[in-house]
Amino acid sequence: MPAQDVQEIRQLVARRKRWDKVFAILGLLSMMVGVMTLLALIIDMGIDGGGRLSWDFFTSYPSRHAERAGILSAWVGTALVMLVTAAAAIPLGVMAGIYLEEYAPRNWLTNLMEINVTNLAAVPSIVYGLLALGLFVYQLDFGQSILSAGLTLALMILAVVIVVTREAIRGIPAAIREGSYALGATKWQTVKDHLLPYSMGRILTGIIIGMASAIGETAPLITMGALTFIAFLPPAPVESGFPYLSFDWLFAPFTVMPIQMFNWVSRPQAAFLENAAAAGFVLLGMTLAMNALAIWLRFRFRKRGNW
Amino acid sequence: MDETLNKLYFRSLVDSEREEAPTPEAHDLRKLKAEAKGLSFYYGEVAALKAVNLPVAEHQVTALIGPSGCGKSTFLRAVNRMHDLYPGSRYEGGIRFYPDDIDLLDKDVDPIEVRMRIGMVFQKPNPFPKSVFDNVAYGLRVRGERNRRLLVEKVEQALRDAALWAEVKDRLDDMALNLSGGQQQRLCIARALATEPELLLFDEPTSALDPIATASIEDLIQGLKARVTILIVTHNMQQAARVSDYTAFMYLGELVEFAPTKTLFTNPSDRRTENYLTGRFG
Repeated sequence: MPAQDVQEIRQLVARRKRWDKVFAILGLLSMMVGVMTLLALIIDMGIDGGGRLSWDFFTSYPSRHAERAGILSAWVGTALVMLVTAAAAIPLGVMAGIYLEEYAPRNWLTNLMEINVTNLAAVPSIVYGLLALGLFVYQLDFGQSILSAGLTLALMILAVVIVVTREAIRGIPAAIREGSYALGATKWQTVKDHLLPYSMGRILTGIIIGMASAIGETAPLITMGALTFIAFLPPAPVESGFPYLSFDWLFAPFTVMPIQMFNWVSRPQAAFLENAAAAGFVLLGMTLAMNALAIWLRFRFRKRGNW
Repeated sequence: MDETLNKLYFRSLVDSEREEAPTPEAHDLRKLKAEAKGLSFYYGEVAALKAVNLPVAEHQVTALIGPSGCGKSTFLRAVNRMHDLYPGSRYEGGIRFYPDDIDLLDKDVDPIEVRMRIGMVFQKPNPFPKSVFDNVAYGLRVRGERNRRLLVEKVEQALRDAALWAEVKDRLDDMALNLSGGQQQRLCIARALATEPELLLFDEPTSALDPIATASIEDLIQGLKARVTILIVTHNMQQAARVSDYTAFMYLGELVEFAPTKTLFTNPSDRRTENYLTGRFG
């Protein structure tokens, strides 16, 4: 090839590669918007509320005096509500996902159900609050309790759990499924010995990310009537006398972290804003910890299933 | 190779071996293990198999050859009712299975029962992401076997039968996916053998393997036929010639010709078989 042409090719390549650089810079800037926002949030709340973060803050009830107020009832409430949410959403969602993916016949009815499930994820959370008020609080008479709140949030993340379960199961190669069936396994044996264990990492990851979004939900809980000021803890789940386990806590009134924050923010005194920032910092920490757990789980399980 | 030359070469082969080649009348199928009778298969409206008749002799290796898309894998997957896993498939005709003379495709015959009696080895090695031991033991565990000592015994036997024992005896707890491709395929064979199936289906078992691993699998198949009847699909004609006793040539969903392997390769009676064997298509 004459040198002239080689020169031309080089110029052409250089011109096209300029666009690579332009895009790389744009992409970097876009990413920084997200990362910087998160960092700014953490730093800002750290500066505003950092001074309030102490052991007492975690072990004190809310109070009229800002400097004595703490988040004990809020974080305990959040933890218990999340427990109920997980206990309800995980079995329901995983079983529904397995059914839709493995058992359900492919017809218009299951197609309809599928569309419904997908839409479920898009329902505004406050609508779930209304549903909870009508169904759990009044119809089923669970009251404005931890149980009602946990079930409400469970319904909210159910769609996410179903979708991640289905996707995780679908990600398992057909060859594995066929290998199991070819040995004479039944559907249930195939699900329990192969599909579920091999997709567990991805399912758990999805569930935790769903829960991390539910932990910050305020609207549906306020709608169903969560209290904003609670100066006591729900009854303990373990007692000294027979039968040792108590489920009274399920029916106790409660508050959660975001509601406690909301309460403090709406007060006029600046000292309470400081409390709100500190509580926000803790809530953010909880969310990040859950996401970290999801990442760790995904990494752990990925080492195993690599076909 | 030039076409005429190819033919000359082929003819000379025929002449040299004509002495021993059994005539079609002479080959006896001994006892039959299975027999497809007028088997047609449809994916929706498309007919993938058209009235296939094929006997499978007990303790012999029967090979199915033919170009891609001729229906040979479809046939194999009908035998252990793999098609039942997917909607939109329909059978006509039947596959008799002996000695109890049932129709494998009968609505009243449970596909799980069929798959418990008929093992399968797939094209691509598909070990489960579990340990070597758990892979081989899986078929037994599916059947409810919980006795650890018996499991250990049967797993060892199956691995020996699959000529894999020497290589994995010290790493039974290793992940199966860490084995080489050829070892994985022999593991899949051991997994199928562990439950002592009556019939073993091989679906192009070496097409994902290198020549050395292929040779070891072929040796294995030869050695196994004393224990189990084998039906193998391959698009490698040489492989069919090397390992099988009977060969069926399929084309466009039809079974064109069935004969003892030697006869089919040296003296095909159908023009299409001859064209395929001489490399004129496929």
